[in-house]
Amino acid sequence: MEGFMAVVVGIFFTVAIYLMLSQYIIRILLGVAILGNAVNMLLFVAGRVTREAPPIIGKGADMLPATAANPLPQALILTAIVISFSFFAFLLVLAYRAYQTLKTDDTHQMRLAEPEDAPPPPLGY
Amino acid sequence: MAASSIPLEALEKSMVLAPVPAEHWLVIAPPVWCMLVGAILIMVRKRMGLQSWLSIPALGGLVLIDAALLAVVIREGPITMVMGRWLPPFGIAFTVDLTGALFNLACGIAALAGGIAALGDIDRTRRTYGFFPFLFLMVGGVSGAFLTGDIFNLYVWFEVLLISSFGLLILGSEREQLDGATKYAILNLIGTTLFLIAVGILYAVFGTLNMADIAAKAPTLGHDAPMMTLSLVFIAAFMMKAAAFPVNFWLPASYHTPRIVVAGLFAGLLTKVGVYALIRVMVMMFPEEGNAYSIVIGVVAVLTMLTGSLGAIAQSDIRRMLGYMVITGIGIILSGVALGAQTAISGALFYSLHSMIVMLALYLMAGIAGRMGGSFSLHELSGLYAKSPLFAALTLALFFSVSGLPPFSGFWPKAMLVKAAFDFGAWWQGAAILVSGLLTTIAATRAFALGWWRMPASGAVVPARMTAAELIPLAGLTLLSVGVGIYPEPLLALAQTAASGLLEPVAYLHSVFPSGVPTP
Repeated sequence: MEGFMAVVVGIFFTVAIYLMLSQYIIRILLGVAILGNAVNMLLFVAGRVTREAPPIIGKGADMLPATAANPLPQALILTAIVISFSFFAFLLVLAYRAYQTLKTDDTHQMRLAEPEDAPPPPLGY
Repeated sequence: MAASSIPLEALEKSMVLAPVPAEHWLVIAPPVWCMLVGAILIMVRKRMGLQSWLSIPALGGLVLIDAALLAVVIREGPITMVMGRWLPPFGIAFTVDLTGALFNLACGIAALAGGIAALGDIDRTRRTYGFFPFLFLMVGGVSGAFLTGDIFNLYVWFEVLLISSFGLLILGSEREQLDGATKYAILNLIGTTLFLIAVGILYAVFGTLNMADIAAKAPTLGHDAPMMTLSLVFIAAFMMKAAAFPVNFWLPASYHTPRIVVAGLFAGLLTKVGVYALIRVMVMMFPEEGNAYSIVIGVVAVLTMLTGSLGAIAQSDIRRMLGYMVITGIGIILSGVALGAQTAISGALFYSLHSMIVMLALYLMAGIAGRMGGSFSLHELSGLYAKSPLFAALTLALFFSVSGLPPFSGFWPKAMLVKAAFDFGAWWQGAAILVSGLLTTIAATRAFALGWWRMPASGAVVPARMTAAELIPLAGLTLLSVGVGIYPEPLLALAQTAASGLLEPVAYLHSVFPSGVPTP
């Protein structure tokens, strides 16, 4: 199971990196969204995939059965999902706002903060 | 307590039952204080007068808390507090050692200076959109990162400071800001995600997230574990945050676009969080892999220094020149990490603290220069010395400090690092520090000659004064730099103790596990 999941995670990373290498902000953002999901699955596999029992301590017992799923990665993923979701929402708004103001989502043309024709500093008085 | 049905012996095995000493609450006080004040400031966001009246005393209080925490750590050594009283490694631990406490205090001082400068620099509209709440949340995230003892928790603090920094960066929504912020936001998010990937692999290998637990288990792992891969992912992630050579281009693309106070705080605090995390992980947790990668880190350090100082020479906008100087400083710190010995690490820590204070001061200086001279460009800036000799004197002190000339605070750590480099045969790193220092001196003094000494073409100079909100933080930070430069021994001794504590984390481990590291 872990081996299969590892391959799936690898495919997700491949797609994410390919999209993030694009010069258009919207594709980069799609890549960022997929990257977030790839990392979540990586965390899930990192905790080993067990499906026998949910991580609940039964009545009368004082520790988890050995076959129970690992609850910690699930807590980690939950945190990571919330964070990546809110960041993605912010990035979408930022990108849209930048598109409205700059009239482009092509990173090659987004040179406002770093003008290409900026003159070198003066050589003397 | 609700635990009455569970026998006491069972509780002792899982929880800390002894009451927490009063001064140990200081461990979590800085982030909690910042979050609390930030929340209150959001509630009163409509009342402009109250915002500044609350913020500046609260920042003063933060500096006091940070100083008290440092005093406790100096007296007692590293201290640990576990959330929910669960015994480590199960509860999330906050562990403060000397390194964390020193960085935390420098962060508090920078935040206070930035807050005072903001009274003059941040206008009413930007305050309405929440400058002060964002400032507090960001500083809370930065100090949380310096104080936590849990690697996943460190990631969460990274995200806290990152989302607040986005808020600060786009305040005002000018065209250039949106352009810079898009690049900053995307690249920093990718960097932080890399960090999360590393945390996931680390959990798969170790089954624990507590830093002390990991540091204790790392030597016992054997050669099957993919430690070199894991370390490389960590190094890549933190170097992206710290703006090291091949992944540094987001910094000069964005740091000159927001208000000058925001840029100064970013330059002082945010890159140093990346450096701190790199030192914590590669020096304390994985020293073996850190040594194995020392050549890689060293080469990156040299290239970072040289690109930074060459970039600084090529800029005509003084804010962008300062952005490249931040990068030079990161290279110098990385060089200390690469050398790895106690003297080198203490030099790196000392330089980080110096850089937090001086880079903020330099940005504040650039803001005043821009207001007095009407431009940030070296083509138009002129006659500042004739306008205000006091401002020119402070500027010159800061320029010398960032270039590493005595008797300012930049000199000592650079001298330590150069000496360490030649002692350990890494002459190329020592030479790079000296060459980058020379190039930085050229860039800084040329800016001074053009902007401050040169008289305007019209010949007429109107004297200008600094307002109190400009003078107090600038003079305070500059005096701090001069003071540390003239009397470096106390800070030097602290940095050396902190470096020994990182290289031999016995006291750190003992603070987390008083009865020895648990074996599975």
